[in-house]
Amino acid sequence: MAARLRGVTVDRPQSANAASLRHDVPSAASPADTDALRGPRRRFVVLPGHLVAALLAAAILGTLAAVAWAVGGLSALTEWDWRALRFTLWQAALSATLSALLAVPVARALARRRFPGRGLLVTLLGAPFILPVIVAIMGLIAIFGRNGFVNDSLRGLGLPEMSVYGWQGVILAHVFFNLPLSVRLILQGWQAIPAERFRLAASLDFAPRDIARHLERPMLRSVLPGVWLAVFLVCLTSFTVALALGGGPGATTVELAIYQAFRFDFDLGRAATLGLVQIALCVGALLLARWIAVPAGFGAGMDGPALPPAPGGWRKGGDALAIAAAAAFLLTPLLSVTAAGLPRLVVLPGEVWTAALRSVIMAVTSATLAVAACLALALAIARGAGRWVEAAGMLPLVASPLVLGTGLFILLRDMATPQQMALPVTVAVNAAMALPFGLRALIPAAQALQADYGQLAASLDLRGLARLRLLVLPRLARPLGFAGGLAAALAMGDLGVITLFASDQPTLPLKLYQLMNSYRMADASAAAVLLMTLSFALFWIFDRGGR
Amino acid sequence: MLEFRDILLRQGGFTLAADFALPQGRHAVIGASGSGKSTLLALVGGFLSPERGRLVWDGQDITGMAPGRRPVSTLFQHHNLFPHLTVAQNVGMGLRPDLRLDRAQKDRVTQVLEEVGLGGTADRRPGALSGGQQGRVALARVLLRARPLLLLDEPFAALGPALKSEMLALLSRIVDETGATVLMVTHDPADARAFAPLTVLVEDGRAHAPCPTGPLLDDPPPGLRAYLG
Amino acid sequence: MKIVLIPALLLASPALAQDRVLTVYASDYVASEWGPGPRIEKGFEAICDCDLQFVTGDILPRILMEGEGTEADIVFGLNTDMTARARASGLFAPHGQDTTGMSLPVAWSDDIFLPYNWGETAFVYDETRLESPPASFDELLEAPDDLKIVIQDPRSSISGLALLLWVKQVYGDDAPEAWAKLAPKVLTVTRGWSESYGLFTEGEADMVLSYTTSPAYHIAAEDDTTKKAAIFPEGHYFMAELAAQVASTDQPELAQQFMDWILTPEFQKTIPLANWSLPAKLPVEDWPQVMRDLPRPDKTLFYSEDEAEALRQPALDEWLRAFAG
Repeated sequence: MAARLRGVTVDRPQSANAASLRHDVPSAASPADTDALRGPRRRFVVLPGHLVAALLAAAILGTLAAVAWAVGGLSALTEWDWRALRFTLWQAALSATLSALLAVPVARALARRRFPGRGLLVTLLGAPFILPVIVAIMGLIAIFGRNGFVNDSLRGLGLPEMSVYGWQGVILAHVFFNLPLSVRLILQGWQAIPAERFRLAASLDFAPRDIARHLERPMLRSVLPGVWLAVFLVCLTSFTVALALGGGPGATTVELAIYQAFRFDFDLGRAATLGLVQIALCVGALLLARWIAVPAGFGAGMDGPALPPAPGGWRKGGDALAIAAAAAFLLTPLLSVTAAGLPRLVVLPGEVWTAALRSVIMAVTSATLAVAACLALALAIARGAGRWVEAAGMLPLVASPLVLGTGLFILLRDMATPQQMALPVTVAVNAAMALPFGLRALIPAAQALQADYGQLAASLDLRGLARLRLLVLPRLARPLGFAGGLAAALAMGDLGVITLFASDQPTLPLKLYQLMNSYRMADASAAAVLLMTLSFALFWIFDRGGR
Repeated sequence: MLEFRDILLRQGGFTLAADFALPQGRHAVIGASGSGKSTLLALVGGFLSPERGRLVWDGQDITGMAPGRRPVSTLFQHHNLFPHLTVAQNVGMGLRPDLRLDRAQKDRVTQVLEEVGLGGTADRRPGALSGGQQGRVALARVLLRARPLLLLDEPFAALGPALKSEMLALLSRIVDETGATVLMVTHDPADARAFAPLTVLVEDGRAHAPCPTGPLLDDPPPGLRAYLG
Repeated sequence: MKIVLIPALLLASPALAQDRVLTVYASDYVASEWGPGPRIEKGFEAICDCDLQFVTGDILPRILMEGEGTEADIVFGLNTDMTARARASGLFAPHGQDTTGMSLPVAWSDDIFLPYNWGETAFVYDETRLESPPASFDELLEAPDDLKIVIQDPRSSISGLALLLWVKQVYGDDAPEAWAKLAPKVLTVTRGWSESYGLFTEGEADMVLSYTTSPAYHIAAEDDTTKKAAIFPEGHYFMAELAAQVASTDQPELAQQFMDWILTPEFQKTIPLANWSLPAKLPVEDWPQVMRDLPRPDKTLFYSEDEAEALRQPALDEWLRAFAG
């Protein structure tokens, strides 16, 4: 009985929820089935998505080549670079494991409990993912630092203190950033278990233990590997986190090593080699992904019809604890940053506001560019474009912004001055960096669109701009809004390449650093609040616009 | 007249051959599950290309023509309407896919909606209509497009018996009005008998030339017999 | 229409008011409204009949990348200890200034790089939090490990590199042992000075690697006299910021005029309270009171350019080993 039931329950979440890094058009195993016809077999057509993918691949691999070529080849890596590589892989693996495991009880509690403000809480819990890193670190230190709330409490209780500095700080920060992503993906897995399964379980008088065994564990087995991989990829290129909380050279990541090679040693050859190592990691991870299904985008609606049974007793307390702990962990740093910075917000110097406006304009431009590129890529992928198109879309995830920026600088220096390039390049690089996240949300939606309405549109001769206006944009508004919001928020908080290009027109994050560099720490806190607020507001406006 | 000239279509390990001419009129398409009925329609609709052979409509080769350019209207099994567009917009696409309709065209849309008994629903969205009404919207668009070839892939399979016969009656009216040649996939022998004098049998990887529906169903070949039960 | 114009105004470079433009590559903080940039710009434009434009960012990597095609006429904000590589590029021309009679604690004879301000590395503390600060470098090394300090990474920060050389000069071949003693007290190593200083003002660390002049900011701008630099008898490491003119400049006269202006009292007087560092050529009696009142180390340590360049990699390896454990 048990084995049979398991067979019944496993496949639904897999197919319904775990659309994956592999979005190949289904092979035509049963040709008479209409579903098999979603990918009309055509001669190769060049779609806008092919151009975007080619441009991306050229930009990312081409800039790497440009950097290597400029110095006449790659340099050997030092012992310390190899250590950095090991640490990078180790911390990414550990961060991903912890994020995924900790997310399970939180997602389960959110899936099976209903309480006032639940929707708002689910939204708020997503906030850390789009929080500018520098702001997040300020918040984490305020809570977990030596003088933070946690250690104050531990001291008060006569317990030993915990340190946020060193590798454990890097891990803590990565879990802080990625727990929201993991919770959302797993929550979707829970909600994809059809209500009938839970009804069947109830009719068979399953105890919570049996439900976990026959319904939940199979779902987790199919969802968790994808969650793990997503977080692992995000943590591979971590840079600023390790800079502030790493504690020392023991916690150097590859991206930090690239920065040092550029900035101080001016060893472009080594930087290019390290950039190549990062790309190799990306390719390795993508190959890994061929066997691991990654859950579809986390932009879709949160409240499915299925409500898993909510057991009482100690489990109720356990769920309450999981939700409260996650909320405290994810939200108190935000509150603390806000409390610290709010008082001086109104007296911030005018230049900060100008920089903020400039950053907003750049973020919106980046987001628009990212949305257009995302759309082109997703539509091409939905129409069965080659695997390379999707790989190109994933490439920015582990491309080094520094290598990208420097490569563009070298390639374009005869065409424009760095001042002219600074803002456009920053906008373009930020748009590219947001693509992988936007694509995760958009690809499944575009595939559904193609499967459901592709033939109808074709049969009515709905093509080109009319198709875009009447079919694609209205149907994909939600994931597009989500992708745009994510891109805008990530671009808003990015310090990135602009420091390399130099600009007499600083962005808000740059201004924040300038304030800190001028001893104005209180003003910097206020600028951090401004930065955080604008990032959230941009995300919210785009996301709302899509609904 | 639609001619299948020595057509061979290959999809993975599956093949479908067809070499016959389809006269004007109504035709049912019958065959066991997985025999290739939908594949035949997809071939005519332009969603699949044959490996060999030509598809000719009234002397014109349409083998390589894009789906929307073919002299064909299709009613699919599902997803015949865009849920985010209004009824009038869905129907209006039959006139101009980009929906830039002039006064006269808009009047035509209103008029056709009246004709299929949907007056007053123009500004509603398909989600607000019943299944039968949704079928009527799709048929209204077929009427407006007035293409000489009409393909139906069991579009009414999900409707109850009464609604289905109502739809078939409306369909008959439209086909008579437009003089269209029809290919209708169906699982229901009664539908085939009621609607189509001729039937195309799809069996063993081949679509056969149409033959009279009654005799075919009265004395079906072994494969079809097993399927019909 | 207006909506279109606002972004255009924000994103476009300021319109050129003058034909003669002096392009100055400067460190990032220089050109902000609370840095020395605006006053320097105003002061120079008053005498040059030209438009001075600051371009800020990572100036050394940038100019090395640009080579002779650079737009820069002046580079403003290079650091001692990093001059060897800049000099080797051959991109810079002699400054032509008389460097005798400078108010520096070390002799300066460089004919390319001209210091415009200076200071020394020091560990800064808050006397309300740290009542008995170490009185010497030795005492710092011997202090209990719960005395927490924040320092900067010598691979990404100029002050972090200065600490490396400071330890090397004080402890010589015993530097690895010194680092071994210091390492447990290091709370964290940050990329730049600002992150470290932020952690210190948040109360996370007891001491921060900063400058002897840092307390001046708190006294002058915040009326806060609790921040102090611990003065060590072993000496403190000298750091200066340097300007140089670019050999390939298309405005040689303007560039020379700017170099001539740097050591004038008018320029030098803008330094202390905008840059929070000491002027390179200004009699002590002309310094602001707050700078004159700061405790001064008895001994200033400094490596020549060649020594610093030769020591950099070995010292870095010692440091890495001490921390990698």
